[in-house]
This record gives sequence, structure tokens and C-alpha cells, in this order.
Amino acid sequence: MPISLFDYLRAALLAIFMTVGVAMPSMAGPFEDAVSQLANDSFSDTEAAVGLLAGGGNAQALPIISALQEGRLLADPATKSVFIKQGDGKFLNAATGAAVATAPASAAPVRLNNRLRRTVEAALGTLTLLSPDPAKRILAAQSAFKTRDAAALPAIDDALKKETVPAVKRAFAEARAATILFKADASDVDKIEAVGTLRAKGDQDALALLSGLSGLSQDVAGVATSAVNSIQSNLALWSIGQNAWYGLSLGSVLLLAAIGLAITFGVMGVINMAHGEMVMIGAYVTFVVQETIRTRYPGLFDYSLLIAVPLAFLVAGLIGVLIERCVIKFLYGRALETLLATWGISLILQQAVRTMFGPNNREVGNPSWMSGAFDIGQLSITYNRLWIFCFTLAVFAILLAMLRYTSLGLEMRAVTQNRRMAASMGIPTARVDALTFGLGSGIAGIAGVALSQIDNVSPNLGQTYIIDSFMVVVFGGVGNLWGTLVGAFTLGIANKFLEPVAGAVLGKIAILVLIILFIQKRPRGMFALKGRSVEA
Amino acid sequence: METRTTSAMLYLDGVHVSFDGFHAINNLSLTIAPGEMRAIIGPNGAGKTTMMDIITGKTKPDEGDVLFDGSVDLTRLDETQIAELGIGRKFQKPTVFESQTVEDNLLLALNVDHRVRATLFWSESKSESEQIERVLETIRLQDSRGRLAGNLSHGQKQWLEIGMLLAQDPKLLLVDEPVAGMTDVETHQTAELLKEINKQKTVVVVEHDMTFVRELGVRVTCLHEGSVLAEGTLDQVSSNERVIEVYLGR
Amino acid sequence: MTPHFLTRSLDRSATIFLMVVAAVGVLLPLSNLLFPAGSVLHVPTYLIALFGKYVCYALLALSIDLIWGYCGILSLGHGAFFALGGYAMGMYLMRQIGSRGVYGNPILPDFMVFLNYKALPWYWHGFDHFWFAALMVLLVPGLLAFAFGWLAFRSRVTGVYLSIITQAMTYALLLAFFRNDFGFGGNNGLTDFKDILGFNVQAQGTRAVLFMLSCLALAVGFLICRAIVTSKLGKVLIAVRDAESRTRFLGYRVESYKLFVFTVSACMAGVAGALYVPQVGIINPGEFAPGNSIEAVIWVAVGGRGTLVGAALGAVVVNYAKTVFTSGPLAPYWLFMLGALFVLVTLLLPKGIVGTFQAWWAPWRAQRMAVPVPGDKDVSAVKPHMAE
Repeated sequence: MPISLFDYLRAALLAIFMTVGVAMPSMAGPFEDAVSQLANDSFSDTEAAVGLLAGGGNAQALPIISALQEGRLLADPATKSVFIKQGDGKFLNAATGAAVATAPASAAPVRLNNRLRRTVEAALGTLTLLSPDPAKRILAAQSAFKTRDAAALPAIDDALKKETVPAVKRAFAEARAATILFKADASDVDKIEAVGTLRAKGDQDALALLSGLSGLSQDVAGVATSAVNSIQSNLALWSIGQNAWYGLSLGSVLLLAAIGLAITFGVMGVINMAHGEMVMIGAYVTFVVQETIRTRYPGLFDYSLLIAVPLAFLVAGLIGVLIERCVIKFLYGRALETLLATWGISLILQQAVRTMFGPNNREVGNPSWMSGAFDIGQLSITYNRLWIFCFTLAVFAILLAMLRYTSLGLEMRAVTQNRRMAASMGIPTARVDALTFGLGSGIAGIAGVALSQIDNVSPNLGQTYIIDSFMVVVFGGVGNLWGTLVGAFTLGIANKFLEPVAGAVLGKIAILVLIILFIQKRPRGMFALKGRSVEA
Repeated sequence: METRTTSAMLYLDGVHVSFDGFHAINNLSLTIAPGEMRAIIGPNGAGKTTMMDIITGKTKPDEGDVLFDGSVDLTRLDETQIAELGIGRKFQKPTVFESQTVEDNLLLALNVDHRVRATLFWSESKSESEQIERVLETIRLQDSRGRLAGNLSHGQKQWLEIGMLLAQDPKLLLVDEPVAGMTDVETHQTAELLKEINKQKTVVVVEHDMTFVRELGVRVTCLHEGSVLAEGTLDQVSSNERVIEVYLGR
Repeated sequence: MTPHFLTRSLDRSATIFLMVVAAVGVLLPLSNLLFPAGSVLHVPTYLIALFGKYVCYALLALSIDLIWGYCGILSLGHGAFFALGGYAMGMYLMRQIGSRGVYGNPILPDFMVFLNYKALPWYWHGFDHFWFAALMVLLVPGLLAFAFGWLAFRSRVTGVYLSIITQAMTYALLLAFFRNDFGFGGNNGLTDFKDILGFNVQAQGTRAVLFMLSCLALAVGFLICRAIVTSKLGKVLIAVRDAESRTRFLGYRVESYKLFVFTVSACMAGVAGALYVPQVGIINPGEFAPGNSIEAVIWVAVGGRGTLVGAALGAVVVNYAKTVFTSGPLAPYWLFMLGALFVLVTLLLPKGIVGTFQAWWAPWRAQRMAVPVPGDKDVSAVKPHMAE
């Protein structure tokens, strides 16, 4: 909007008018008085002004107080005029709502202290209680819940009566209950009802509020204590649920990282120490895909992972086949040497990536559909973890189907159970080995795409997962993918439940010790193959 | 179980083993008398090797009794304890210590104190070297005593393993396919050797070679699908309709 | 050890090895101490410390070779025993600092004062005595190995599974020692040592003596290993390595044998760590890193597993190469070379340097000794060791 000469004139006129107005307060209304009070640079005057504005019913009150909260309210002590700085850098005169070209040089932001911030928040709460947007009303109710300003009670009651949306109505009721509990002169009956409302709310906020109550009559206190207990046990259940979810989430990550390892170990009896590096390579493929998209086709960013998954599978898979053909093939039957050789390969791959991409973390972004979180009751679930969980199950299902219904799957199962017999039945074990290794590595690459969404992408990425993946394989046993599934989720959940008790590091140590003990009982894991073909 | 419940050297009764639902041994009952030599025949997968695994403690049966020398419950013992009791085993695939000399292989097999300390402070005694000498003579490997076992021919390895059994000096020998890969002459010599051994010890032989089994001239048991199909002299067994059907062929 | 043991365990290559170790152990410190800094014959003190490190690594390599080369147990966690021995020595050295630390606390080491410890944790008691620390250098790794091995070998955890759980063991210890409240200095470990048995650890003379002691330890460790592998027990170990279940069916309690060598080997690794710490002046949790243990295994593979001389040689050769390359312009390529070493040695040189040399030497020697020497039954010293 171009600033016309007319605007200048109007601003000048207004400025004169305001000056006169301050000089002669009686000539202005209570609203204008309140606004000019904001320019007094006194915390108590500001507080009084906010109170007046919130109760005054002027439509300008909301933008003024919001601006105050966000530090966009400028006051000129000389002229006692107040300006709102807008998002586009332009200014409004607070009292009139008229646009002005620029605030006077002497205008400074109106200062706030902590006490004042609470007042401002409460005032905003009452002002937005009647907003047409339900989301804003809920926010207002939540802020009223926190400030518990008894003065706002009539406004809340009023809003509660008019409200039709159930969720907002509940929020208002909770705000009202919180306010009543802190209102000294509320009746016991009201307070007991309020406790009931909060008990039904049942979250951390309600718990904090109820346990912070004081000066209650015996009746109310009794009800409050039992509500506190009920909420606590309820929350404990929810936290078990939350831990279970964290555990499932960690389990899915472990499963994704370990499943390729389990396949190669099952079929070839070979532990691939470079497996973690395949994961790392998958993550770097994601990085490269995203970089390309950022520079060339920014619109495709949300599809970057869909492109990265098959690409990561191919790249990691090809490297896997290459490793098998060039190294592992020659070490058949020497499992321990394979361990060493693949460790050497892992060093080479790590250093190669370090040389190409640098030793530091690389930025891999979340597409919009993987960002954010949602709540179920007291559970908070982030979209990226949820997607990874679903993705892992999908990969697992595809693999299972592949092993069951394709000829490669059949051959792989045959070689797992009895290599010599399979070879003498005409199964090309060398080809099966190469493909198995490629498949295992490819899945590791896919795992890298998923992990790039929740972890730092650096050359050491693989190392952080490799020992956990080994543990999953050792724990779950080989020759059966279900063992890997159960192993991964058991370890994930056990880890997350031990964490709050013992701390993250001690929990991890405890898990390692438990596995070392477990392997005594079942030296070949939970789901081990039995029979003559298994050598002692 | 200290009291002797059977006069048999080896007594299996109602033994069952299954691997993931596959019944490898199914209600197997078998009695070997002291001093007896028994030949076990049967098609692949009949449970012959699994039976040996059970007797030597490598596999634990799901149910059933396995008694040695009439009084010792073998199902409660591990391989080492069973070997110490006096049960020796020759594997289907000749298993000798390939990177050690023939002489060392026999030395390791000798029935002496097998504890760590005894072997650490061991020095060869006269009786031990004499015993090794005797075995070398029996298995005709005197000239190869310094050779690595891995460099022996297949037949020689079979003999060396039998020699190790002799050095072990067990009461009961379990011999799994001793003549596989041997020439006719070697097969004949092996049969003679086993007959010689049988003069002092109880022997159970698993073998597919019917000429060899006939040459042994002992009682024959035919296993099929984990249980005894027929038992008797070779002629009786080989004229049994079922044996012909599942094993020998018409 | 009876003289009989000695005669049996000392064949020609063993004798040569011991003579080389003795010569190095005496001549290097002497040339360092006797000749002035400018002299051609003078070996600078920093080199003495560097070679001392190599000698400790050689002892660690011997301990790994004893179990891997002769018994087929591939431990990927032997660095843990090395580090535990090192920590035991480090604790003694910390207690010797006394009130000379930054905070001047006569009892508590600096890091404990810094972390607000009120008193010495119970497991730090006794480490002010050298004899106690020396005992712990053997006992702590030995007991851990015994407990771990007892659990693992009894339930027949073998092969790759065993390797992986040894790796998990050292990883768990790594995590534990990184914690500040574990009481071992956390991330920084133990350092700033002042003196050992009253001698300044930095002093030229002390360093020379520590070097001599390391060589002595290497020689003693070598003799112990030789005594073990040339006894009948050594034959049993090789039998276990090549055909474990066959050995069981002969009546040997395989787990007892494995437990014995595993524990002996862990004690040796502990001694190596204990000698290493005063020479490098620091011990921190990084020594527990699984990568370190695996690297130590490759020293053995390079030198030739199943040949004790090879293990020691491999440790020195690989670490010398590491020193040369990581300090020069080729530093960024060192990991490529180390990685390639792992791959190439397992693929092309499975017997290692010494093993390959012996395989090439044996027929020639046999020819030369066409007339058999009666009583010379010790073929094991020169025969090629088969891969598993």
C-alpha cells in the first residue's frame, strides 16, 4: 500500500490530537486513556492499562495486547502516543488503528517483566475466549487454565454457555475449574466439582495444579488428594504406554538395521561387519538425493524419500554383491576370517565417505509428511517414528513374502537349512550367496534412508547401530526372520523400560550383560535351527 | 541308578527325538549284549547317525531310556563323561586332527588322565609309547607316524580313526561307515580288524556295504524312519519284505 | 617351570626370538643412557617410549595368538583385558600423585575432587600399594575372563557367536568407563602421573627401566606360551581348534581347556596394559573401543597366527607402519591401508608372514635333514598350521 500524502497529513493531525488528548485527559474516553497509560514506562501503569483494555470491550484491545506480548508495541514517552509495529514493518497508531508511516525516533518498545507477562497472557485469554476460530478459543482456554485469574471467571462462564464445540467446551470447563480452585471465596461444592473436572482431565497439568493446592477445607482437600492419586496411577499407565511406544519405535529401527544381517548370517553363516556401513551409505544416498532435489527440483522435496529408498537399495545392494564377489566368496567356510575382512571393508568404506563428504554431520531434512507429532490421550507420537515403524513392518512383510513365494527365497531357505544338500540338489549356492549378500546389504541401505530421518548422517552412523544389530541377531537366532522380529522388539522395549530406571547408559550396559547371560541358556538364540545339519 | 537293571551292554528303550516336528527317532528300542558285534543298516534318514548322537550324548532324547553297562543312564551325561565311561565313536566322515601327526593323534586318544593340569605337566611314559606303537602296528601306519594326519589318504584316515578308538580303549565302539571310500582289499582288512577288536570289546557298526556286513557275519538290525524295522541274521533281514521295499530294493 | 619345560619349549626360532628380545631390551636402554644426545649411537628417549609401546602391543598380540592361533577362540574383546590391566596400574599411579595434584587433595585424585567425591570409593582402596595394584593387574582381567569364559564355554558358545559377545563385553565396559560416576575418571580417564615406586615416570632412567621390564615381560610371556603350546595341553588345544566335538568324544573336557587358556591369555593382556600405561602416560575409556581389539587381532593375522613369534612380529610391524603413516602426509590414507590390510591378509596371506615363511622353509629344511634325527619329534615348531 503506497503511503499517500493524505496519510501523512492524517498522521500529523492525529499526533497533534493525541498530544492535546494527553494534556487534557478528560477529553478522551477510557480506552484512549488506557492506551496512553502504556506510554508511561511504568510497570504498574502498564498493568493497569492492560486490565482496562481487557475489560473495556474495544476491538483494538486484542491487537494492542498481542503486540505488547510480542514486543511489537512501541511507545513515545514524549507524545504519550503508542504504535503497533506490524509484520510488514509498517506501523499503526494503537489508539485509532490508523496507519502511520513511521514511529517517532523516540518511541521504544513497551517493557515487560515476568509479572506483567502473566497479566498480559491472562488478558489475551479473556479476549480470545470468544474468537470465532475454535483453535484460538482452545488456546485461550488453555491460557486461562494457566493464569487462573479470578477476574476472568465471568468471561469464561459466559463463553462456556455459548460454546457448542465439545472439545472447546471441555477446555473452558477445565479453565473454569482451575480458576475456581484458586479463587479463595468459591464454595466447597464448586471446588469439589472443579476437582472432579480436573480429575477427568487427568494429565500432567492437572496433576501439577491439584498437587499445588493449598488452604482448602478438609472435604475439598480429601477429594483433591484422591484425585491426585487417581491421576498419578493413570499417568503411570500412560507412561508405560509411552515407553512401550518408544520401545516399539527403537525396536523397529533395530529390526530394520539387523534384518539384512540376519539374512546373510542365516544363509551364509557370515557376519558382515561392514553391515553398518551399508546403512550409512543408504543415509548418504538420501542426502545426495535431497541435495539434488533442493538445487534442481525443489518442488519434489516431499518425494525425496520415495526416490531415495529404491536408490539406496540399489547402491548398497550393488556394493554388497561386489564385496561378496571380490572378498567373501574366497573366504567360504572361514567365518572368523570373514569377520576380519569385512571389518577391513568397513574401515575403507567409512574413510571413503569421510573423504568424499567430510567428517561432519550432513543435513538431511524431514519431508512435511514426516514432521510433527500428534497425541493420543497422554501419548505423544511423532510422525517420523510412526512412519519408520510402519515402513519396517512393510519391509519385514515383503521379505517374508519373498522368502516364501519366490524361487530365490526358496533357494535361500534351502541353503540356510543344509548348504551341502542344497548344492547337491543343483541349487547354485554361489549365486544364492551373492544375491543374499546383495539383498542383505540393500535392506541395510533402506534402513539408512529411514535412519537419516532420526539420526545424524555422519561416517560413523553405521558404527552406532552395528553392535545393537549383532545383539538382535544373536538374541533372535538365525534361520528364522520371526526370531529377528521378536529379538529386535524385545531389545527395543527392554531398553526403553530400563532407561527411566537405570539411565540410558546403564540401561544399555544391563541389556548387553543380559544378552551375554541369555546366550548361555540358548547359545544359538531364541529361534535356533535344530537337527543334524547344525554342527556342534 | 546303581542297581543293574539289564544285562545288556547297551540298552535303548522307547527313545523319541524330534527336530522341529520331524521325528528323527521314533520309539526306538535296541539291546546290544556284552561282547556282541552288531551291524546296523537302513536307508538315509533312518536315524542311524542320530542314534549314535544319542548314545554319545550329543543329542538328548525327548523321552525313553538309554542305559550303558546295565546301570548308567546316558541321557544325563555329556559327551566327555560318556567317553570317559568307555564309549568310543568313529564318525561317518573320518574326523582326525588333520594338522597333527599320526602319532600325536593317537597320543591324544590314549585313555589317560584328560584333565588340564595332567596334560600341561605331561611327559611321555614308556607304557604310553608302547601302546601307541602297538596301535600303529595294528592299523599299519608305522611308517607314517610323523606325517600330518591331513596328508593321509581317505582309507588311511579311516584306519587312523579306528586306531584312535583302539588307543581310547573303550568297552563299546560305535563305528559309523568305516569302509566308505575304501578299496576291496582295504574293506576286507577292515572287516578282519573289527572282528579282531570284537574279541575283547562290544562293537556297533553302521554300514551300507552289504559285502562288508556279510563278511562280518553278525546280527543285523535294519532301521527305518527312526525305529527298528527288522532284526536277525543278514539272510533273515534281507529276505524281509519291508526291508526289501524301503532299503534293499527288488 | 621345570628345566624339562624349557628344553622342550625352546626350539631354534624360539631361541632366536628370545635373544633378539633380550638384545633389544638391554641395548636400546643402554644406548639411551650411556651415549650423549648428539652421538650416532644414542637412541632418543621418545623412541624408547615408542618402542616400549610396541613391546606391550607384542605381548597383547601373543595373548591373542595363544587363544586364537592355538585354540580357535577369536576374541574381539581382548582390548578390554589390556585396558583393565592398564586401569589397575593407572589407579596406583593416581594414588602416587598424592597432594601434588591441581587441587592438592592428599587422598582424592583430581577428577574426584572436581566431581565432588567426598571419600575414596571402596574399590580404590589398596591401590596406594604397588604390590596390591600388581596383583590386581593379574586378578581383575583374569577373574573377568574366568567368569566370562566359564559362562560362555560351558554352554558351548563358539565361533562367530563368541566373537560377537566378546565384542559386546568390551563395548559394555567402554560405556561404563565413560561414565563419570563409575569412578574411573570418565571420559578423560587417568593421567598426569607423577611417579612409580618413587621414580619420576617422565625421567629418562625410569623410561629405560620400564622398557627393559616390558621386554622381560614379553620374554616371560613368550616362554609361558611356548611351554603351553609345546606340552600335551598344546596338542589338545590344537585338537579343539580343528575338531572340537571329536576332542569331546575322546573324553576331554573342552570347556576346561578353553577356560584355562582364555584366563591365562587375559592375565597376559592385563600385564601388557599395565606396562603400557606408565609409558604412554594415560589410560582412558577409548582403550575399550571394539575397534582397538579387532586391530590387535589383525596384528596377529599379519604376523602369522599359530606362530607366537609371528604374533609379536606382526604387532611391531603394523604399529611401526601406523606410526610412520599417521605422522606423515599420508595420514588420511592410513585407514584405507589398515582396511586393505585386513582384507588382503585374510585373502592372500592367511598364514601371515611367519607362517608363510615357515611353509616355504619346511620342505627345504626337511631335505637338508634327510637323515632323521632321533628324538627330534618337535615337528610342531616348523610345520605349517592349517587354516581352520
